[in-house]
Amino acid sequence: MKRFLLFLPLLVALILGVVLFAGIGKDPTKLESALIGKPVPAFNLADLHDPDVKLDQGLLKGKVQLLNVWGTWCPSCRDEHGDLMWLAREKGVSIIGLNYKDDRADALVWLDRLGDPYQTTIYDPKGTLGFDMGVYGAPETFVIDASGVVRYRHVGVVNEKVWEETLLPVINDARENG
Amino acid sequence: MFRFLPALLFVLFSGAAMAEVADVYEFDSVDEEMRFQNLAEELRCPKCQNQNIADSAAPISKDMRAEVYRMMRGGASNEEIVSALEARFGEFIRYKPKVEKRTILLWATPAIAVIGGLLVVAGVVVRSRRGSSQAPALTAEEKARVEKILAENDQDKSA
Repeated sequence: MKRFLLFLPLLVALILGVVLFAGIGKDPTKLESALIGKPVPAFNLADLHDPDVKLDQGLLKGKVQLLNVWGTWCPSCRDEHGDLMWLAREKGVSIIGLNYKDDRADALVWLDRLGDPYQTTIYDPKGTLGFDMGVYGAPETFVIDASGVVRYRHVGVVNEKVWEETLLPVINDARENG
Repeated sequence: MFRFLPALLFVLFSGAAMAEVADVYEFDSVDEEMRFQNLAEELRCPKCQNQNIADSAAPISKDMRAEVYRMMRGGASNEEIVSALEARFGEFIRYKPKVEKRTILLWATPAIAVIGGLLVVAGVVVRSRRGSSQAPALTAEEKARVEKILAENDQDKSA
C-alpha cells in the first residue's frame, strides 16, 4: 500500500500529461457549431446584386451547398477568395455567399475585381442571419445538405487542404445520406 | 514632455476601449439594469473566449448584448435568454454549464477534492495517534535477536 502511495504523484502527473497533451495543437477558438443537424434558421434578406430580390431559407435547399460568410472588412476572406474561385470553377461546387456586416457598394466592387464564386449572395448588413447561425467572425463556411440542414461549420480560411481533408468528406457524406 | 507620451497614449486608448464596451441602454429600474449586467457577465464571448460579453469589445459581444436587451424587454426570463443564445453559439457561452451527465464531473470536482483532502487529513491523524499510543512490541524472536546482537557488540568492545 505504501509503495503504491509513493507512485501516486507520478501517476497523477502522467494522467495530467496525457490530458494536456491531447489538447496540444487544437485551436481553442474553433467552436463546434450549435446548429449542426438543425435546419438553417429562417431569414428574409435581399440579394446582394439586386436589392429588390428577396431571399429566404429555401435558397439553401435542393442540393448540397456551401454557405460562405464573408465581408470586405475581413482580410482572411481576401486570402480565401482565390480558393473559393477554384472550388466554384474547377470543382463545380455550389457556393452561396453571405455578405456579413458589409457595405453593398464595397462588396460589389470586391466581386467585380476578384471574381464572383457565388451562385447567389445574401446581403446581411446588420448580421442578423449571421447572428442566428452563430457566426462570431469571418470567414466561416457551412456545409448545408439538400434538405437545408447544417452538416458542418468550418471556422477560418478554406484552402485546398481544408477542402480535401475536411469539407469534401462531409459533402460526400451529405450527398450519399441526403 | 515626450517621456510621458506613451503613458498619455495608453490612457487615451484605454479610455476609447472602455467607451466601446459601454453601449447605451435604457432601463426602467435599477433592478432591471442589474439583471442585464448580471446576465451579460454570465455569458461568455465566443470570439474572445476569456471574457464575458459585458467586458468584451468584440462586435459579436455587442450583438449578443443587444439580443439580451431585446429579449429582456420582450419579457423573456433569464433562462430563456441564455437558451436562445446557446441555441446559436453552443454551450460554450455558458460560464456555468448545466448539471448533466457530461458536466457532472466538472461540478463534482470541488466536492471530490474536499472529501479527498479530509480523508488524507483523517488518515494522517489516525496514524499518528496509533503511533504514539502503542509502542510497537517486539516478538519473542525479535527480542532474542536484539539481545544476541547487543551481546556480540559487547564482546567486540571488550576484545
